Amino acid sequence: MKTFRPLGVLLVVLALVAVACGDDDETTTTAAGFTPGALGYIEVAPGEPIEIRALQAISGDVAPLGTDQVRGVELAIADYGDIAGHSVSLGTVEDDGCSAEGGQAGAQAIIAQLTDAGDGKFTGPLAVIGTTCSGAGRGALPLLSEAGLVLISGSNTSPSLTSDLEGTAGEDYLPGYYRTAHNDLFQGGAVARFVYNELGITTAAAIHDGDPYTDGLATAFKNTFESLGGTISVYTAVNKGDTDMTAVLTEVAAGAPEAVFFPIFQPEGDFIIQQAGSVAGLENVTWIGADGLLGDDFMSLPESAGMYFSGPDLRFGDNASQTGKSYSDFLTEYESTYGEAPPQVFHAHTYDATVMVLAAIEAVAFQEEDGTLKIDRQAFRDALTATSGFAGMTGSLSCDAFGDCGAQTIAIVKHEDPSDVAAGKANIVYSEAKGVVSD
Amino acid sequence: MTSRNSTLSRVLALDAPTLAVDLFLFAMKALLLFFATWALVGTIALQVSGRGLTGAAWADVFAGGLAQGFMYGLIALGYSMVYGVLGFINFAHGEVFMAGAMTGYFVADALFDAGMWESAFLPALLIALLCSMLVSTLVAVVIERVAYRPLRGAPRLIPLITSIGASFFVQYAVRGLVGDAYKTFPLLPEGLQNRVSILGLNVEGIKLLVIGTAILSMFALWAFVTRSKTGRAMRAVAEDKEIASLMGIDVDRVVVTTFAVGGAMAGVGGILWAMLFGKVFFLTGFLPGIKAFTAAVLGGIGNLPGAMLGGISLGLVEASGPTLLSGMSWVIPTWVALVVSACAAGAIFHGWRLAAGLEARRMGMAIGFMLFGVIGVLAGVFLLPGASVYIPGASQLKDMIAFIVLIGVLMIRPIGLLGERLAVEERG
Repeated sequence: MKTFRPLGVLLVVLALVAVACGDDDETTTTAAGFTPGALGYIEVAPGEPIEIRALQAISGDVAPLGTDQVRGVELAIADYGDIAGHSVSLGTVEDDGCSAEGGQAGAQAIIAQLTDAGDGKFTGPLAVIGTTCSGAGRGALPLLSEAGLVLISGSNTSPSLTSDLEGTAGEDYLPGYYRTAHNDLFQGGAVARFVYNELGITTAAAIHDGDPYTDGLATAFKNTFESLGGTISVYTAVNKGDTDMTAVLTEVAAGAPEAVFFPIFQPEGDFIIQQAGSVAGLENVTWIGADGLLGDDFMSLPESAGMYFSGPDLRFGDNASQTGKSYSDFLTEYESTYGEAPPQVFHAHTYDATVMVLAAIEAVAFQEEDGTLKIDRQAFRDALTATSGFAGMTGSLSCDAFGDCGAQTIAIVKHEDPSDVAAGKANIVYSEAKGVVSD
Repeated sequence: MTSRNSTLSRVLALDAPTLAVDLFLFAMKALLLFFATWALVGTIALQVSGRGLTGAAWADVFAGGLAQGFMYGLIALGYSMVYGVLGFINFAHGEVFMAGAMTGYFVADALFDAGMWESAFLPALLIALLCSMLVSTLVAVVIERVAYRPLRGAPRLIPLITSIGASFFVQYAVRGLVGDAYKTFPLLPEGLQNRVSILGLNVEGIKLLVIGTAILSMFALWAFVTRSKTGRAMRAVAEDKEIASLMGIDVDRVVVTTFAVGGAMAGVGGILWAMLFGKVFFLTGFLPGIKAFTAAVLGGIGNLPGAMLGGISLGLVEASGPTLLSGMSWVIPTWVALVVSACAAGAIFHGWRLAAGLEARRMGMAIGFMLFGVIGVLAGVFLLPGASVYIPGASQLKDMIAFIVLIGVLMIRPIGLLGERLAVEERG
């Protein structure tokens, strides 16, 4: 920890400056000092920590994804240091179970730790870093939003939690929701722009599997592709559990597309690509998958040679977080703290989400002379919504009105050789951030 | 005048629930027939106009459906044989199939590692096939011994529920043994991946191999059941268990043989499935099991040729259904709509004739004919000219089409395509 001491000193100095500014405000605004907003405020007594919580999938199939993010939160809290003389406590991590019910249960457990002292005064948690799965977010958000808390995720990508990116709120959006992960609509749009602009393809097909995630991606692809001037000749779906893909492939072949976008999962994706060779008319088609197929198992299939895959761009380069850390610093610290390399990919997004929350708390916290901290909950939300050009490890973070704050960098890789999956994953041929092509 | 009055009074004299059921059934049949005809005519029209699938694509659909159908048939044989002998549905049969597919994977993978899969494919395939059959047979016999024999003589619902339990047991036992990851079958030799020209059709070698192996196995089973002494005993037990045992047939032995033979067929289906689709995991048996059960019912449960025919029909319907459904996007020309009107007018007339007849039990059908005739005439004049239906994601409706066909066949012919061979218990 020695190497980070200068940083700690810097933070203390910053905190002192902030405190000094706060004192100034107090003297210049009102005699009463602090006026709570509509959602009341959290009071942190002298010597008590500021409470935030994590709601992540820490059991079951997706446990590695959740655990990885919890570590991102822990490292961010450690790196950020104290706020106005108060430490930040994460308390007990709640399990979102990667399901709506799990999200609900976790949210209830966190809200139970919130005490209403009357007159708009609360003590307890202020913000929740989570959830791991969009489905769990759907369960947790109504409760947390109602209770005046903030929910901020590093890995939810469903458009329903934020917006359609065209000004219409998603059906599950509620005030108090933020995220630093990308919105699926960006990914579908990025793929469409890549196919139309870079590959010069004007006729394409899309296949989903009825799941809201894959349907959402395929729809976003279709809409963007058509608005660019392309033609979607076939927009179809398979069933989860299907094995014989002859029918769907024949349907696709009849539309004579030059490219097929199928953002689905295994094993249906495997069956499609394996059986495609036997269907007349699909010999020269360009196949494009998404995160669901971007894995060792699928990519070692001989038929996957020449395919494109889209996913979040994980080359964070030298972007420095507000804490001063770059991604390579983060990885070193991660490995020395937890004894292993990160098993998943969203830890950096969650780190950024946590730092954003802490910075917003610091910006709105009001300190009494005895050291008591008062944090206006509405002002806290407003500060998060106003986030613009915030330095994150994953890129520059700016929130829109519906809580989409991510840098939205989407990369597309070209997979040449199924016997060398690592090379395929690293072979980035296209990348864009919020619609800006950078590669 | 008198005739109309008496017709009306007879209609009114019918009891309402019977009439409602009759009408509902009639409506279902009429709608099914109507949409099936629309899809079929539309497909043909699109084909003629050059907007349909190419000949090669149809050949692919046909070969794919046939291969899938023969595998359904192989599994369906097991359902049908057990039903014939014991009169209940052995839902664990899908897992017997999965056990065969899983064994096929492990044996083929080992042979692949040893280099035999490529250098001597046919002997390797034979070894894998025999192992699959052996394991499936074993699993089927063990299930019979442990889960069904103690319940012999219990009401038929009891072993049915036990079979669902046995099904879960086998699934999760396999999961415990080999894990829940997908097992990828080794690549087939070049020759099988390439297309082969046969009877003017250009289809993949593997599909021909699947169809050929399935036909051979079915003939072997057919010879066994009709020619061998044990086969005769099986048929005797299926006919009447008590009298068969009075004739000196060991019923328990025959039941075990039935399970063993059904298991062996499922084993053949299993390895063919694994070869064709290349992926196996512990839930692989679930959906094909349900489909094969459907196939058995479709063909007429308890009837072996029926099981095969049911399987093949189901496979073909599944493969071609989505394409046929797309045929409804054909824009109906006015003259076709007018022909529909004319037919509907004929239906009104026929309904009237039926109603004027004396039989009360035909009254529902008579009213149905008249009602749908009127609807048909109106639709033919106002609705149909220029109509077309575009169904997005037709491929996703594959299973739905298959089950609608099942319902349709059972409504028109409740005993299945080839009829049911009932044992004495059902007759009594």
